[in-house]
Amino acid sequence: MVRIITEKCIGCGACEAGCPVGAISTASGTAKIDYDVCIGCGACVGNCPCEAIEQDEAGAAEKNTAEEVGSSEYKGVWVFAEQREGVLMPTVFELLGEGRKLADTLGVELSALLLGSGVKALADELGAYGADRVILADSALLSDYNTEAYAKVVCDLVRERRPEIMLIGATNIGRDLAPRLSARLYTGLTADCTALEIDPETKGLLQTRPAFGGNVMATIVTPNHRPQMSTVRPGVMKKAAYDPSHKAIIDRASFELSESDIHTKVIETVKSLKQTVNLVEAEVIVAGGRGVGSAEGFKLIEQLAEAMGGVVGASRAAVEAGYIGADHQVGQTGKTVRPKIYVACGISGAIQHLAGMQNSECIIAINKNADAPIFSAATYGIVGDLHKVIPMLIEELKAR
Amino acid sequence: MKIIVCIKQVPDTTEVKLDPKTGRLIRDGVPSIINPDDKNALEQALSIKDEHPGTTVTVVSMGPPQADIAMREALAMGADEAILICGREFAGSDTWATSYIIASAIKKIGDYDLILCGRQAIDGDTAQVGPQIAEQLGIPQITYVQNMRIEGGEVVATRQLEDGCTVMSAKMPVLLTAIKELNTPRYMTPRGIFEAYEKEVKIWGFADVPVDEAKIGLAGSPTNVNKTFSPEPKAKGEMLEGADRNTVKTLIDKLVEKHLL
Repeated sequence: MVRIITEKCIGCGACEAGCPVGAISTASGTAKIDYDVCIGCGACVGNCPCEAIEQDEAGAAEKNTAEEVGSSEYKGVWVFAEQREGVLMPTVFELLGEGRKLADTLGVELSALLLGSGVKALADELGAYGADRVILADSALLSDYNTEAYAKVVCDLVRERRPEIMLIGATNIGRDLAPRLSARLYTGLTADCTALEIDPETKGLLQTRPAFGGNVMATIVTPNHRPQMSTVRPGVMKKAAYDPSHKAIIDRASFELSESDIHTKVIETVKSLKQTVNLVEAEVIVAGGRGVGSAEGFKLIEQLAEAMGGVVGASRAAVEAGYIGADHQVGQTGKTVRPKIYVACGISGAIQHLAGMQNSECIIAINKNADAPIFSAATYGIVGDLHKVIPMLIEELKAR
Repeated sequence: MKIIVCIKQVPDTTEVKLDPKTGRLIRDGVPSIINPDDKNALEQALSIKDEHPGTTVTVVSMGPPQADIAMREALAMGADEAILICGREFAGSDTWATSYIIASAIKKIGDYDLILCGRQAIDGDTAQVGPQIAEQLGIPQITYVQNMRIEGGEVVATRQLEDGCTVMSAKMPVLLTAIKELNTPRYMTPRGIFEAYEKEVKIWGFADVPVDEAKIGLAGSPTNVNKTFSPEPKAKGEMLEGADRNTVKTLIDKLVEKHLL
C-alpha cells in the first residue's frame, strides 16, 4: 500500500508522470492515488523528490542483495542462439554484443546456447562474435523449432548449470519459448527490452523497456529469482564486433529428450513467397507516410531508396491506406529499426512511429507541415512538398 | 466441446494523446476496450461454436470491478459464461503471477478442450501470459495463430513467423494465441446486449481461486518495477532553409561531411 504524505507533497507531478498505470493525479495541487487503479508497485516512491510518498512493508518490493538471493550459485550470462534452417538469426549477434558487456561488468563467462540438428558449424561464428563458450545441444528432435522440445532442453540445462542471466531475441520464436521457460523455472521475464545494465550495488540486471508507445520507460528487476530473463527487441542493441581469431569452447551438452516429450507436430513450413523486406538490417531506409498520397506515389520513395542504396519503409497510416504492404511498416506494431540514415517522407511522426525509428543515427524529415512532430525527432528537417523535393534529391545524388 | 477464452480489458491506446505543453500522456477520458487480439480469440471460439452445436464458450478475465463491462461485451457477442477474477490480493501481479492465478482458476473450471488467448495486450505488449498459462497447466501451445481448424480431436493451426509460417497440429487440450489475421470479430447484437445484462458475471475473489498466497500479487511476482522515467529528449535537430535545389545540396553536403553517404 502506497500513501501520500500530504504535508510534504508540493504537487510537482513527478509521481504522476512516472506512474505506469496512471493511478496518480495532481490536479488538485497535491498528489492523490486512485486505489482502484494502483497496483502498489512503488515506482512513485523513488520518483518523489520530497520523500512525500511512503510504502508499507507488506507491499514494498524488497531490494535483496546478491547474497540474499543466493545468486553466487548462479553464474554466467547465456544468450539463446536462435537458428532457422542452420542460419543464425541476426538478433543473436546483437544479444552477443549486449551479453559481452554484461558478462565483462560481472567478470563472468558469456555462453551461447545453440540448439538444433547438425549445427556445430555455427559455433565458430558465435565465437567470432564474442561467445566464450558454445553450449551445443544437437539432436534430430531439435531440428525444427518446437516449443516443448526446446523448453525441456533449455530448462534442464538451466537447472543443471545455473546461469544468472539469460537473453533471448524477441522474435516470434523467442517470444513463444521465453515465457514457457520462465513459467517452468518460476523466474522473472521482461519482454522486449531496449536497454540492459548491471546495478552496481546489487549486481542485479536492470531491464529497461518502453511502455505506452515509448512515452514512459520502465526499469524492471528480478530481485529474488534466477536466472534473470529478458527478451530483447531485434534491431535495438548494437551488433557485437566480429573477430575471427576469437574462439569459443565447444561444450557438447548431454540431455534427455524423446518423441514422447513432444505433443505438437509440424505439418509443413512455408517460406513467404515474396521477397521479405529486410528493414532491420538496412543501413538506409527511405520511409513514406500518408503524405505520399497513393500507391503510385510510393514509386518516388522507391526511386530515392534505390539512389541511396536503401530499402523502403512506411508508417502505419501508409500501410492502412493500402499504399504499401505491412512488411514495410516501421513503428511500435511494425519493425524497430536503427539505420544510419532514416528519411521520413510525408510522415507526421505519431508516437507509435517514433518508437520504432528514433534511435536511427541520422533522421531526415521532409514534410509540408512545419508543425509535424516528426521534426522534433529529426537531425535535418526540410519543410516542403516531398513530390518536389525528392526528385531534386534524386537528381543531385545521381550527379555526384 | 468446451472452450475457455482469456481476455483483458485495456485502455484504448490508439486514443492516448500527448499534452503538447507538458509532453505527458493524457489519460483522462481514454475509453476501456477488450484487448484487440483477445477479441480475435473470442471470435474464433464463437465461430467454432457456430459450426459445432453444443460447444460452450467461457470467458475468463482478471482485473478490477470495472472490467465487468468487458465481460458483458463478451457475453453480448455470444459467450455463454463469464468469470471475472477480482481481488485486492491479486493486484500488482506480474505476468508470472497473473498466469499462475488464471491457470489456477482454469484448473478449478476443470473441463476444457481448447483455450484461446490473444497474442498480446496493447497496454503491456509482453505476449507472455498465454504461453505461461499453457505451461502452468502443462498443455501444449501454438502461438501467433493466423489460421486454424478442428479435425477430429486435433487442432490444425498456422503459426505466423517473420519469414513465413508453420502449419502445426496438436491434440486437445491445447492453448492457442490469436493474432488479428485470424478473423474479423463480430459485433454485439441488440438481442445479445439485452441478454448480456440478464446473465451473471461471476466474480471470483481470493477465496474462490485455489492459489498459494506467497505466489501472487506484488510480493509473489518474480519481477518488480524498479523505476519509471520519461525518455531523454533528443538533441534539437537542424531545420534547413527553403525547399529548393540549394536546400537539397546543403543536405547532401552535410551527409557527406558526416561520412553517412
